[in-house]
Parts: sequence; structure tokens; C-alpha cells
Amino acid sequence: MSLQALTFIIVGITFAIYIGIAFWARARTTDEFYVAGGDIHPVANGMATAADWMSAASFISMAGMIAFLGYGGSVFLMGWTGGYVLLALLLAPYLRKHGSFTVPEFISDRYYSKTARVVAVVCLIIASVTYVIGQMKGIGVAFSRFLEVDYDQGLMVGMGIVFIYAVMGGMKGITYTQIAQYVIMIIAYTIPAIFISFMLTGNPIPQIGLGGTMEDGSYLLDKLDEIVTELGFKEYTTNKRLSLFNMFFYTLSLMIGTAGLPHVIMRFFTVPSVKAARLSAGWALVFIAVLYTTAPAVAAMARLNLMTTIDQPTKENNIAYSDRPSWFRNWEKTGLLQFEDKNEDGLIDYTGSSNNEMVKVDRDIMVLANPEIAGLPNWVIALVAAGGLAAALSTAAGLLLAISSSISHDLLKGVFKPEISEQDELRASRVAMAASIAVAGYFGFNPPDFAAGTVALAFGLAASSIFPALMMGIFSRTINKEGAIAGMLAGIGVTLLYVFQHKGIMFIQSTAFLGDMEPNWFFGIEPNAFGAVGAVVNFVVAYLVSKKTPEIPSDVKEMVERIRLP
Amino acid sequence: MDKDRGYWKENINLIVKCLFIWFLSSYVFSIILVDQLNEIRLGGYKLGFWFAQQGSIYVFVILIFYYAFKMGEIDQRYRPSNK
Repeated sequence: MSLQALTFIIVGITFAIYIGIAFWARARTTDEFYVAGGDIHPVANGMATAADWMSAASFISMAGMIAFLGYGGSVFLMGWTGGYVLLALLLAPYLRKHGSFTVPEFISDRYYSKTARVVAVVCLIIASVTYVIGQMKGIGVAFSRFLEVDYDQGLMVGMGIVFIYAVMGGMKGITYTQIAQYVIMIIAYTIPAIFISFMLTGNPIPQIGLGGTMEDGSYLLDKLDEIVTELGFKEYTTNKRLSLFNMFFYTLSLMIGTAGLPHVIMRFFTVPSVKAARLSAGWALVFIAVLYTTAPAVAAMARLNLMTTIDQPTKENNIAYSDRPSWFRNWEKTGLLQFEDKNEDGLIDYTGSSNNEMVKVDRDIMVLANPEIAGLPNWVIALVAAGGLAAALSTAAGLLLAISSSISHDLLKGVFKPEISEQDELRASRVAMAASIAVAGYFGFNPPDFAAGTVALAFGLAASSIFPALMMGIFSRTINKEGAIAGMLAGIGVTLLYVFQHKGIMFIQSTAFLGDMEPNWFFGIEPNAFGAVGAVVNFVVAYLVSKKTPEIPSDVKEMVERIRLP
Repeated sequence: MDKDRGYWKENINLIVKCLFIWFLSSYVFSIILVDQLNEIRLGGYKLGFWFAQQGSIYVFVILIFYYAFKMGEIDQRYRPSNK
């Protein structure tokens, strides 16, 4: 059976499983719909949160980024896990205690202001749409490969499927479906990793294999360092992302952003108790950590296999372009892998110097191409495809639902048109959803960065606006509505300005008036990492403005006292 | 009221303690001191690299459960009736 047919079958089966479970769970729980959130065990809730959370950026893109960045890619690993510590210690228990249903709702209660609510909604929408752009990139990569078409066509098909998926209600909100998605994703991610780890190091546990030895007795990471440096690339295990200073801010930005993203925080509103909120965050991180500690092994081993398959340190061993392996041909069709025979010797030269003939190796293809490069059986390759699609579609649909409901519920019904009918509210949310897909798809044709990089921008925006407002709302009794509003606007404003001046206004590159280059960066901090600076600005502005404006009312003070107690 | 204040104080102390370890493993060991720690080996791993790509994630998981467990104890002490 051809790989493409097998992929369709496995993707089809997994989708049938999700839909089947959705129907089964819906039929079973209709009666207890309103208490359904109440009897979900923290372990189950944690697993569902993990599925919700791990998107195309985690599944498809991250290991590929690490494969090429080496040590510098650690910012993603630490940033997207360390945020759960902040969430569990600083936000989740208190937001659960307060008992609101959306993030803007908490902000409007705590800062006794509809304006604050509107500002929070706008910040959320900006961050979420940017997040969806990142997903679109991943979806485009995945579909272009399975349909064996170029990236743009793949993205077009993907957009259509996301729209249907999200309008149907996706498979969201049903914990059991998300648990199934998690299981498929984690199987799809770890099976190839186990195979490859065993092939290279004899140890089937990737986390140990990465630190293990290869057949010739040398350590895998040492071997990788040796090969990449011989080919003129930077040493894998010590290659820094620009500078340690930049990495510090990048990690911080992702961590704070994790704790500020609405679709993650919302999961903790529905757990049965404050205690369960603390535990759910822990379980979510356990399930996320399974993938996140495997990813570095996938990255290093994929890089090693890529290097040794298409180029060898010694010139005589370079393979001829006409003898290139089938995975190479397949990915060439997507336009994401390109070769140009600069010296016209018919051999593939893949080096870190200007003689490099692999003119394009899109990092986002690495995870999907990895099992093919390692020569694993076709069913494994098809399984990875199914996992990647589950990750991208579920997160994209979840975000789109969050965006559309915040427009129709928080903005229209909550602030501007309280008398709106239910039908109109639903209609507004559909329109908002279609519009967000169109916007995100449009940017998906020309993404500002790789999927993980684009998603990092989204985290920066959430970090600079939402997290500080929430944290001060709980830990301070003096920050008032003027302070919070000014802080959010200043934080996201500074971050957006910085991103736009380097990446282009609305990510249109030609409008980047300062250019995306290092000398123009504030203390050498790249735009993806600027959210942490934005957050600092937010805190400072909120504090200063609150000092100069009227004190918060005593009933709000009492509310803050109340949410602090379990 | 005093009781509530005591509860909050203990909570803050615990948070500060946990965030200190959080900061140490991710920012200090994995970023600031990475070159120094890389001199030490952990099997095939350089230690700084290991903290950045493996160790800190394990530390994060342990921290959250430790915090949840300790807070459970503090909850018990201050409001034993409130189950």
C-alpha cells in the first residue's frame, strides 16, 4: 500500500475515534451536563489540558527548531513548561476561587470596569489570532506533505478543514475526546523516537538514549557536535540563540505568556475545587513533559540522521543528487526542501558555509520527515501525520472558539449590545470565526517566522498584557482600574510596536522600518522575546498610574481578600 | 482576620521558596551558568545542556506537586473544617 493511502486510512481512523467518543460522551452526560465539570478527575483534566495545549508548534515545529538551534532551542522547552509553575502558584487557584468563566470577566470584576474588560478582550484577540497564524503554518506543512502538493495549496485545504472543524463545534469541550487526542498524539510522537533511539544508541528510552553512546562507543551528542562542526555549522550542544541575555528574556516571555493565554487559564475555571486547580496544573505538566522531554532526543537524532544521510564530512562520500532518497523527493514537491547544484558536480553539499547547496530546509518539516529519514515503516510515518494533524486542528479550533466567543459574548453581549438575541450572538460568533480564519490564513501564506517562532510572538503579546493584570489583581490590593488599563495598553503597545518595527507592520516585511536585524534590537533582544520586557513595562505603568489615581473601592478590596482564601 | 493574614503569609513564603528553585534550575543553571556547568558531564550530556533540555522540566513537575501538597497541609492547619 502506498504511504499516501496508508496516511489517509490512519488519519481517518483517528478522526473516527474522536467523533465516536464525542457522540458517546455527549449521550452519556447530557443529564449531568451542568455538573460534568465537577466530577472530572484532576488526572483526566490534566490530560485534556495537555491535548488542548500542545499545538502544531509543540508537535510539528519545536523539535525541528531545536534540531537546527541546538542548545538555543532550549528556550521553547523551558518556556512552554515553566509557565505551568507560574500558573499553578500564582493564578489558577485564585481564579478558580473567584469563579468567573472567562478571563475578561475576572478582569472586569476585579477592576470594576467595562473598559478594562474591552481592553482585555482586544489583547486576547490579538494574541490568539497571532497564535492561530502559527498553527496555520503547521497545518500548511502537514497538508502539503500528505497531499503531495506545494505549501500554499496545502494551506488552502487546511484552512477549509479548520473552518468546518471549528464551526461544527470542533471536538472541543468534551474531555474524553481530548484524552483520546492526547493518547494519539503521544503515541505518534514517542513511537518513532523510541525506534530511532534504539537504532542509534541501543537504548529505547529517548531521554536516556540522547545521553547514551553509539555503536562506535562515542557519545551521541559528542558525535553530533563533531559532525556539524566539521560541516561548518555551530556546535550543537553549546550553540546559543544570539546571546544568553536574549535567551533569558525569550524563556521568560514564553513562561509568562503560557500563564497568560486564555484557552489554558480557562481550563482551571471548571475544576471542582481550589485544591483540584493546583493539582490539575501539575498533572497537565506531567503529560506535557512526556512530549517535551522526548523532543530534544527527536531533535538531536533527526539532525544526526539528516546530516549523515545527505552529506558526509568527507567529500568523496557525498551522495549524488540523482541518488537522493525518496523522502527527499517527496519533500521537494512541497517546496519546503530545495537543492541547487551551485558547483554543478551533481553531488549534494550541505554545509554551514556559502557553498551550501541545500538552499532551503524548512525547520518545520523535521518532525514529519524524521521517521522517513530514519527509514521507519510506513505505518509509523502515517501515525506521525495523524498526530500532527490532531495537534494542529484541535488547538486551532479551540483558539477560534475562544476568539469568537470573546467577541460575541464578552464584547457584544457583555458590553455593547446586552439585549442581543441568542441567535444573533451565535451568528456574530460564526462571522468572527470565519473572519479570524481568513486573517490567520492570509498571514499563513507569508508567516512572520516558523510555526514555533510565530507562536512565540503570540506568547509575547499575552505575556505583556494579560498575565500582569491577572497577577496584580490577585497579589495587590492597590492596583486600580486606571492602573490596570494603562498597564495593559502600555505593555501590549510596546511589544506590538517592537515586533512591527522589526517584522513589518501587520507582519508585512517591506514595512519593517527598522529591519529584522540584530544591531537594531533593544539590548540584543529579538522581537519574539520582547514580551517579557512588555510585561515589565505593564507592571511599572500600572503601579505608577495607580499611585496617582483614586484608590480602589472597599468592596473590591474585600473581593481580593476573599479570593486569597481557599 | 489574623488567622487569614497568617494563612496568606505562609502561602507567600511557600510561593517565594518554590519560585526561587524554579528560577535556579531554569535561569541560573540552564542559562546564566550554562558554560560553567557544561564542564561537568552527566553521561553523554553536558550538565548545563542537560538542565536546559531535560532537568528543568523535571524540576517544574516536582515543584507544582510539592506546592500542591504543602498547601494542602497549610489549608488543613488553618481551616480543618473546610474540606
